[in-house]
Amino acid sequence: MLVQMYNVSKTYLNGVKALNDISLKIDRGEFVFLMGQSGAGKSTLMKLLYREELPTRGQIFIASRSIVRMKTREVPLLRRNIGVVFQDSKLLENKTVFENVAFAMHVVGANRREIRERVEEALGLVGLKDKRDCYPSQLSGGQQQRAGIARAIVNRPLIVLADEPTGNLDADTSWGIMELLSEINKKGTTVIMATHAQDIVKRLGKRVIVLNEGRLVADSMPGESIA
Amino acid sequence: MTLANIRFYCGEAARSLFRNRLLSLATVTTVAACILILGIAVLVVVNAQAVMSSLESNVEIVAFLEKDLPEQQQAAIGKEIGYIAGTKEVTFVSREKALRDLEKRFGQGKYNLRETLGGKNPLPDSYRIKATDPHQVPSLARKVARIPGVYKVRYGQGVVEKLFAATRWVRNLSVVVIVLLACAAVFLIATTIRLTIFSRRKEIYLMKLVGATNWFIRWPLFIEGLLLGLTGSLLAVLALAAGYYYLVNSLTVSIAFIPLVTDTAVMTRLAGGLLAVGGVLGITGTFISANRYLDV
Repeated sequence: MLVQMYNVSKTYLNGVKALNDISLKIDRGEFVFLMGQSGAGKSTLMKLLYREELPTRGQIFIASRSIVRMKTREVPLLRRNIGVVFQDSKLLENKTVFENVAFAMHVVGANRREIRERVEEALGLVGLKDKRDCYPSQLSGGQQQRAGIARAIVNRPLIVLADEPTGNLDADTSWGIMELLSEINKKGTTVIMATHAQDIVKRLGKRVIVLNEGRLVADSMPGESIA
Repeated sequence: MTLANIRFYCGEAARSLFRNRLLSLATVTTVAACILILGIAVLVVVNAQAVMSSLESNVEIVAFLEKDLPEQQQAAIGKEIGYIAGTKEVTFVSREKALRDLEKRFGQGKYNLRETLGGKNPLPDSYRIKATDPHQVPSLARKVARIPGVYKVRYGQGVVEKLFAATRWVRNLSVVVIVLLACAAVFLIATTIRLTIFSRRKEIYLMKLVGATNWFIRWPLFIEGLLLGLTGSLLAVLALAAGYYYLVNSLTVSIAFIPLVTDTAVMTRLAGGLLAVGGVLGITGTFISANRYLDV
């Protein structure tokens, strides 16, 4: 098992109860949708996985290591194995597409040759090779999201966490992004994606976990119908 | 830390300085202003102290000898004064020389003082004594006064004590002023660098998210802070040097009696010190501000 959560609850300092007694397991190579209304706890669950937040109660294991008991200085190593894609792509405005992707590799101390090769490869995969010297403001929303995905996968993480990556995009562009994520998943990377988009979930036919007010209310495998 | 890393850190620092050039300029100006004021304060203090110590070292004791002592005893007294701990220099001034000095001082040689006094010289023989430490003058004077054959000792009693009190006061005040200015500079730089970091918080957040260690994020910031501090203090030192050079040149021509310190060794040390202070301030400012945004 790649991800294991046991009785995880999260209450924020301001008293908001975001997650309530969540237990789930996700296997290596799975593609999992995380569904639920706004405020259901999808983003909190994501944040717990890349340890931006710590659970109030419960245990979380990634690749059999407890990330709750993990020391602060080990957190960077955890995060190098997790790629995060945001709804607003979070590209740095003052860096080109190439630099934005290369940035993630500089951070882990890769050498220049390695960086050039891997960034070219990632940009090829997301179809942005010809946009490498553009700044984010010169890209369309879909292209920005592709650049964000390239940054998330360039370090070859075990898991890609995508928090509503199609939230700002029209249907056609969204589908392009979904195809890209499916392709990444087919290469062996586990993908966990939070979304509102019912049509995409239905069309792709993958495992769906549904959250409601911080509780896990449904976990259906492909083919099963969602309540 | 590898060479590639160092290159990346310096590159990141340089790029960030250029991208936030308005803020960088503001920081450099702030640092320059602080260091300039600090430098001016130090220069004022250095010169004030130079004036004070030249005043102090001019303090001397005059020991008047009793009238008509045999030459042998006069010499013995001189020797004995020389043996007292703290004596730097003992000069015998005969009553003849004293009278000539007096004539020079008052009449510039135009009047014959001896004639005016009716051919008699009323002045006694004396010793002029300099102390190694001007602050020892009062106690040295008391010791000299106890020597048999010494009739009276003068060193500007009262005035000397006031002078010493004044110099002590100037020194303490200058230390306080310099410390206050340094604190103000650290505060200003910390604030400006906090602003730099704040403007880059998205970038820092992303670095943490893709697995950057805290030190990986801190290094470019430290280099940036160091560069800001050094550039600012370099500007201040250049301005200070130019201004002081101009001041020295114009003052030595117009008011020659103010002895400005122009010792190159002192000036070099001051310039180096101010540069170092700028660098340290830059790093201290970064250190105060950096940790706050690393908690992601």
